Amino acid sequence: MSEQKIDGFELKPGFKGMASDTGSDQTMFKGVHWGKAMMWIFLLSDTFVFSCFLISYMKGRGSTIVDWPNTSEVFSLYVGGVPVPLLLIAIMTFVLITSSGTMALAVKYGYEKNRKMCGWLILATAVGGLTFVGMQVFEWSKLIHEGVRPWGNPFGAAQFGSFFFMITGFHGFHVSIGVIFLFIYTYKVFAGHYESKKRGWFTKMKGDYVEIEILGLYWHFVDLVWVFIFAFFYLW
Amino acid sequence: MEETNKMEETTKKEEQTSTQKIGIYLWIWLLLFVLSFFSYMVDWYQFQGMLRWSLILFFMFLKAGLIMAFFMHLFWERYALVNVLLWPMTAIACFIFLMTAEFKYTLFSRFFYFVVGGA
Repeated sequence: MSEQKIDGFELKPGFKGMASDTGSDQTMFKGVHWGKAMMWIFLLSDTFVFSCFLISYMKGRGSTIVDWPNTSEVFSLYVGGVPVPLLLIAIMTFVLITSSGTMALAVKYGYEKNRKMCGWLILATAVGGLTFVGMQVFEWSKLIHEGVRPWGNPFGAAQFGSFFFMITGFHGFHVSIGVIFLFIYTYKVFAGHYESKKRGWFTKMKGDYVEIEILGLYWHFVDLVWVFIFAFFYLW
Repeated sequence: MEETNKMEETTKKEEQTSTQKIGIYLWIWLLLFVLSFFSYMVDWYQFQGMLRWSLILFFMFLKAGLIMAFFMHLFWERYALVNVLLWPMTAIACFIFLMTAEFKYTLFSRFFYFVVGGA
């Protein structure tokens, strides 16, 4: 992160720094762990995948001559007989942001070598992610029960179902994979793998708390994608 | 004894590349909650038309920016990494632009052949 120092190389700030970093005949991302750089590249490619989904959704929704289902009615929940629009989606959003916050703090405590705090915060993040997936399962089963299918639904344009299941499904898959890894890293942190310098994933190099930051990048990305899905699919 | 000295040394070294103060994370966290609440309110009060679109997009980009800049630490990263990540997004913007033209044409053809009944 900030204030990196590399022996025998002057790190200039800003765009001049970018030019000298790139043209240095050395590694380009100065002071960035290889795993972190690779995670960023992966997230960039994942951004393109999600962008393609959202753009095809825009194209599909924009070109249908049947009215699109009213999302604030389709996704409403009845509380005491009164329909509350997007209630479940709002709760899901807040749960995901909460877990993103605990993850950010876990990364911070990881770098400060505060093993216990880091472990508990990652566990809290995992529980938040699990809650999110659980609520998504509830939402899916509710919509399937109401007759929403990838090829049609009782509310409006037939494309609604396929885009809904594809986009939220792919996002939910990312969350599920993230939850699995969060539990694995909870174990790794509590077991003290980064104090005993046990080796990391698929490498002989020693494990370090930078792995928590890499995990954090993935988790924040999942939250980031949800920000766009929430805006484009549910609110639009 | 030597062991502890070594430990102290490594902690000192690590502190140079250390993290930000906890306050900044808590502030961003709070801001994300507030912004999500606002974007939910856009639907709650059923704002329509341009007001709805601009508010949704405004809150969305603000939230995305905060997450990327502070939670994902891009604000503190060197420009070599930041620019590698952000410039490819222009390709996505291009794609959105192209597909906007495409869906307008598809919509026009569907109206023309399915509703009007062709020429």
